[in-house]
Formats: sequence, structure tokens, C-alpha cells
Amino acid sequence: MPLEVHLPTVLRQHAGGQATIQASGSTVAEVFEDVIRQFPLLAGQLITEDGKLHKFVNVYRNDEDIRFLDHLQTKVSDDDVISVLPAVAGG
Amino acid sequence: MLRLSRTHHLAIVAHALDGVPEEVCGLLAAPAGSDGGDIAAVYPCRNIRASAKVYEPHPLDVAAADDDAGARGLTLTGVYHSHTHTDAWPSPTDVAEAGWPDWHFVIVSLRHPEPVLRSFRIVAGEVTEEPVEVEDH
Repeated sequence: MPLEVHLPTVLRQHAGGQATIQASGSTVAEVFEDVIRQFPLLAGQLITEDGKLHKFVNVYRNDEDIRFLDHLQTKVSDDDVISVLPAVAGG
Repeated sequence: MLRLSRTHHLAIVAHALDGVPEEVCGLLAAPAGSDGGDIAAVYPCRNIRASAKVYEPHPLDVAAADDDAGARGLTLTGVYHSHTHTDAWPSPTDVAEAGWPDWHFVIVSLRHPEPVLRSFRIVAGEVTEEPVEVEDH
């Protein structure tokens, strides 16, 4: 059973304009691998070349920031929603 | 080129003034598929850093802004923030944290009696100022 991945407006152009896509996996990393398999243009937008979460996105499992869970190894189940939002900061 | 309505320009400057002594921040949205500079919505956000030196928009405010933008056929295409004591030019932190090469980075300086609003592109650490056109509507 796939779960829902909600993409921010800034990334939808790389996913055929879709706001929500279905993807499978037991961790956020696996789900993102499936997302990138479906939409290769998202490669490099979510995960860096060395396999880390891109610093310019924040990712939430339901309402929990995965940085405060297990990062990309955060477990997910079918009724979870993964939300990606742009990370913005400065001084 | 950044195009802002007079109403949006005033809203950003008013937010900056209202936030003193802290920095304020907010997000900008433009029609999806455009060059992103024709700003159609401005979303003031809470600064979770609650600081005079750094900003980071509250994630719930980012989520709400993105949801609203998406529902209106817009895309987030920029961010604004205030500099309370320095000029309207990206700080080293702004440059280091600027992640979206297509975005417009708007800074309002309150250093002088009259607020100054300027806009920049920041790509791979390189800052380029862009003109700001305030349209009278």
C-alpha cells in the first residue's frame, strides 16, 4: 500500500504539477527513492548526492519534523502522510 | 525584476516596522509557471527565532502559505525579511542559507528613518540585485 507524499508548490513543476503523489517504502529514505523513481526531476531536490536530506527542505511525518525523529531512517506506515516544505532561514 | 503591488509593498514594510526590535519574515508567491517575480500573494510568517539577527519562518506558517498558494494556482517564489540595523543587502548568513536559485530574496532595511526595500537573486553564493517595480494598484 502506498502512502501520500505532499510536495510544496516550489517542487511541483518537477512532478508534473502534482501536489500529492503516492509512493511506497518503510522509511522516509525508501519513500523518497520511490518518489525519485517516479519523478526523476526530483532527484537532487530531496536528497543530496551523498544521500543526506537536502538542507533546503524540511520533511514531516504527519506533523513531526523528521530531524527530531530518525531523519531519513524515520519509519513510516501506510496511513502516514509525508509532507515536504521549503526550508527558509537567514540573518 | 520583482513586481509588487503598492498594497503588498506597504504590507511588507508595515510588517517590518511592526516587528521592531526583532527581524520579521514572510513568503512571496507568484503564478505557477511564471518567472516568479510578479508577486500575487504575500504571507507574513512568525519568526520562530524571535531574534533581531536571524529569522526562520514558523513551519506551520510556511505550510499554510504553501497550501493557500497552491489552492490559488501560485507557487512560493520568494521570501522577505527585515534588517533592523543594517542595510538592505544579503548578510553572509542570508547568502549561506539561500537555497532556492529561482527565488527572489527581499530585504527591508530599517537602518535609516525611511524603510528601504530591495530584492536580490542569490545563486550559488553570488548575489545579484534586481529592480523592484511597485505598481499602483
